[in-house]
Amino acid sequence: MTTRIGTIQRIAGPLIEADGLFGVTMFEVCRVGAEELIGEVNRIVGDRAYIQVYEETSGLKPGEKAVATGTSLDVELGPGLVGSIFDGIQRPLPSIKEAVGDFITRGITADPLPVDKKWHFQPTMEKGTSVSQGDVLGTVQETSVFLHKILVPPGIEGKITQIVPPGDYTIREVIAQVQTATGKEDLKLTQRWPVRIGRPYKTKISTEVPLYTGQRVIDTFFPVAKGGTGAIPGGFGTGKTVTLHQLAKWADAEIIVYVGCGERGNEMTEVLEDFPKLKDPKSGKSLMERTLLVANTSNMPVAAREASIYTGITLAEYFRDQGYNVALMADSTSRWAEALREISGRLEEMPGEEGYPAYLGSRLADFYERAGRVQTLGTDYRVGSVTVTGAVSPAGGDFSEPVTQSTLRITKVFWALDKDMASRRFFPAINYLQSYSLYKDELVPWYQKKMGSDWPELTEESLSILQRDKELREIVQLVGPDALPERERAILEAARMVKEDYLMQSALHPIDTYCPELKSYWMLKIIMAFWQRMRQAIDEGIPLRRIIALPVVGKIARMKVQPHEDVKVMEQYFKDLENEINNEFISIEVN
Amino acid sequence: MTNRRAATLKPTYQTVTTVSGPLLILDKVTDVAYNELVEITAPDGTLRRGTVLEAMRGRAIVQVFEGTRGLDTKSTRVRLTGETMKTAVTSDLLGRILNGSGTPIDRGPPIVPDDELDLNGAPMNPDARQYPREFIQTGLSVIDGLNTLVRGQKLPIFSGSGLPHDRVAAQITRQAKIPGKEEQFAVILCAIGITAETAQFYMKNLEETGALATSVLVLNLADDPPIERIITPRTALTIAEYLAFEQNMHVLVILTDMLNYANALREISAAREEVPGRRGYPGYLYTDLSSIYERAGRIIGRSGTITQMPILTMPGDDITHPVADLTGYITEGQLITSRSLHNKGIYPPVDPAPSLSRLMKEGIGEGHTRADHNEVQAQLYYAASEGSDLRDLVAVVGEGALSDRDRVYLSFIETFETQFLNQGEFEERTIEQTLDLGWEMLSRFPERELKRIDPETIEKAKNQQLYRYAPSASEVN
Repeated sequence: MTTRIGTIQRIAGPLIEADGLFGVTMFEVCRVGAEELIGEVNRIVGDRAYIQVYEETSGLKPGEKAVATGTSLDVELGPGLVGSIFDGIQRPLPSIKEAVGDFITRGITADPLPVDKKWHFQPTMEKGTSVSQGDVLGTVQETSVFLHKILVPPGIEGKITQIVPPGDYTIREVIAQVQTATGKEDLKLTQRWPVRIGRPYKTKISTEVPLYTGQRVIDTFFPVAKGGTGAIPGGFGTGKTVTLHQLAKWADAEIIVYVGCGERGNEMTEVLEDFPKLKDPKSGKSLMERTLLVANTSNMPVAAREASIYTGITLAEYFRDQGYNVALMADSTSRWAEALREISGRLEEMPGEEGYPAYLGSRLADFYERAGRVQTLGTDYRVGSVTVTGAVSPAGGDFSEPVTQSTLRITKVFWALDKDMASRRFFPAINYLQSYSLYKDELVPWYQKKMGSDWPELTEESLSILQRDKELREIVQLVGPDALPERERAILEAARMVKEDYLMQSALHPIDTYCPELKSYWMLKIIMAFWQRMRQAIDEGIPLRRIIALPVVGKIARMKVQPHEDVKVMEQYFKDLENEINNEFISIEVN
Repeated sequence: MTNRRAATLKPTYQTVTTVSGPLLILDKVTDVAYNELVEITAPDGTLRRGTVLEAMRGRAIVQVFEGTRGLDTKSTRVRLTGETMKTAVTSDLLGRILNGSGTPIDRGPPIVPDDELDLNGAPMNPDARQYPREFIQTGLSVIDGLNTLVRGQKLPIFSGSGLPHDRVAAQITRQAKIPGKEEQFAVILCAIGITAETAQFYMKNLEETGALATSVLVLNLADDPPIERIITPRTALTIAEYLAFEQNMHVLVILTDMLNYANALREISAAREEVPGRRGYPGYLYTDLSSIYERAGRIIGRSGTITQMPILTMPGDDITHPVADLTGYITEGQLITSRSLHNKGIYPPVDPAPSLSRLMKEGIGEGHTRADHNEVQAQLYYAASEGSDLRDLVAVVGEGALSDRDRVYLSFIETFETQFLNQGEFEERTIEQTLDLGWEMLSRFPERELKRIDPETIEKAKNQQLYRYAPSASEVN
């Protein structure tokens, strides 16, 4: 790998052109100008390279040098990742703050991982063992809940000639040596991987377990599988970020990678301040012990925003390869697409729809295809998954725009956010009639086992009530509610219950923010039980007015704030409620 | 000093080859840096400023802030300064009036700067930010009660032409305070292409309340050079950052009207023949706007704050207009004025339904406003949306078709608008008064309708005589 030195010819925003770089390759990293700003080659014409620069380019001059480094943009993978916050090209924000203060300037280099910290390494392999790519050399207990597995990097196969005893090592120390066909390889606690290439695995396997999120509307109607993909488009103020934050908080993945891509600085701050205080409902430990953040806010350099989602997904794949379930949230993929558009515009490429480059769809597909449930490399059988959920911010809230449409062609779950619901403060404002999940059928066995065998019927019944409700409402708009027969008005009441007492969920309420499996099941079961009794009572001629005045109606409205720590107490509460429904209906039927 | 000397050594060029719209093309230049500041001497001897938009070998494209009128390709001289554009800052700027480039225009003494700061600022490290949590009382019920503003937030007003957004913004600058504290906001009024009349209105308002001495006015009026609007908000925010983060002040920045800013950006983009995005605005409009709006907030370990209130008039009241749309995606909520409320005589005509304050959740409740705040606002929102649905229904089917429950909601929405939303332009309500009024509005509903409020909260409100529901005669039977 020779270094080649070129000369800058033109600077326009984040894009520069440099001559004299014959032999440079696409996506090769270049160092530009006196401050050696990091950039990546984006187009080559003869000996001229077009370079997108990941930092502010003010002050760069034509005639300054641009050096091709012969490497690709890569990330360092190893202990120290969990709990970190990086910018789009894996520089830790706290290190940047330490180096230059509260405002980010440029030309900063920072080690992605702490180099001096000693990690307790526990080897699981012995000298003389044959290993191949993906095998577990040993482990590091990185946080109290996360066991970091140290893997043989892809492409390495051979016999271990040396391995260190259990002890404390930094990421720069050699922990093992492998005799490969071509020579000896020193292995450390870390490895590097280029961000634009997916990490290898053995095979993709089918998804059969949901990513349980504790958000009732998602888990009940539109679940995403572990290893699946989901898109959440919505205009501003509809709750994209709050929903993604909720997923990051409560989803039952072992590792969360949250990519803040061209969004607000304060939203990242919120995660940094809130997550350490919140407890994972499954492990009881701080949420920060399983979370990584990649933050390239809207006012940070636009080219690094383009790179940030690749950085994020490479980190996610690395944890997948250790055999973990990883969930990645990207907020927002529209801002990433805009970065792509901006760079494409500067390259003077022929624009496609709405100025976006013609390759928008294929780039999005490349990104989402890196999600999946896989059998990892390595001789032991390990299964890991990366679930990707991306927010989309359509211009004017119009879902027909190119980013939303290109995304929906790839992702299998669509959570449609609804402006009208949001303005009623009906959160999560996921439109239950417009959204869909293509995983629903394959996840049925899991739900039946976890929730109850009648779960599919309960969800179908409630969804059909909501559908009927919509049709009836259209009639009401024309003729008024009085014109409807009691039976149909009862449907409106039942739908009101499903919507307000079940689907509506407060992200701010300490109990309601997360709803465990059994609680969701019981809540829906109770509402459906009430609906059955209401329907019978109406048939027997009891006026609806009397039914909705029953005391138990108020109790149903407060089910969601019922504590759920003690499962027995909770189940007893719901069984009592079921009895109350029966008793109250019997009392009005008698009178 | 060495820097300055180096700058004066930079050569002057007389090689302008093209003057086109707001742009100059300069040939045979050496050592030109991207984004550097240039000084242009017109044939008549006047001095103008510009920056390098594109730097090539031997050629530079320059945008001229004061306009290109009177420039030629024969005798116009251009000097490269070797520096990026800077703004002179000092706390003596308080009480002064500046033009869009930061030069005083009030016939006061010249400014002796404490420092010269880069106009474009630098992005705040998210790891250095502190999440905004301090409640600001504006004295307006629709804001304090339903869309609470906190210190360090950026909350725009989306309005339309002819609506009283300026009066609302002026009332906020008059009344904004942290209850129980004596601190005052330093106000920076940044006028971007507004009329002299509107600017006068703001000045008079600041003068009457005695706040002019703690204000800085950065004015680019409708007849000022349009390209200067690119730097006007940046001048204002550079001063704001200095006052907040170096001088520990709480700064409230009013930016009006951001549509004019975006139009100036569009003009440059069109002159450069860039591929346009929606409605002719450049594809980088989002990134560009965020470099303005993100300059708000709080920093760990520093006591000053920047709160931004941009004002934006939406052409044709269209909220999907690109400037309004992208602003909504960057700012932390939005206050939206409604023409129909205005026509009904409701002031401030802020429509609560589409309005939103994203940072509200952390700034209200016990220790900030009052323990019952969140529940009261949630219930008011619910009742208002039920009420307005019913109003639409009544328009079609008449009131006869309504049930008793529906009638209560219908009467609620009327009083909610005329008593809760509506208030005087000089009426200042404390947060307690706003929330008490909220309970008064809710007192027409029986307890079982108050599903968004915990039973304990209702009980407490009953004891305090806030919630006073009296069943009507028909219900008792």
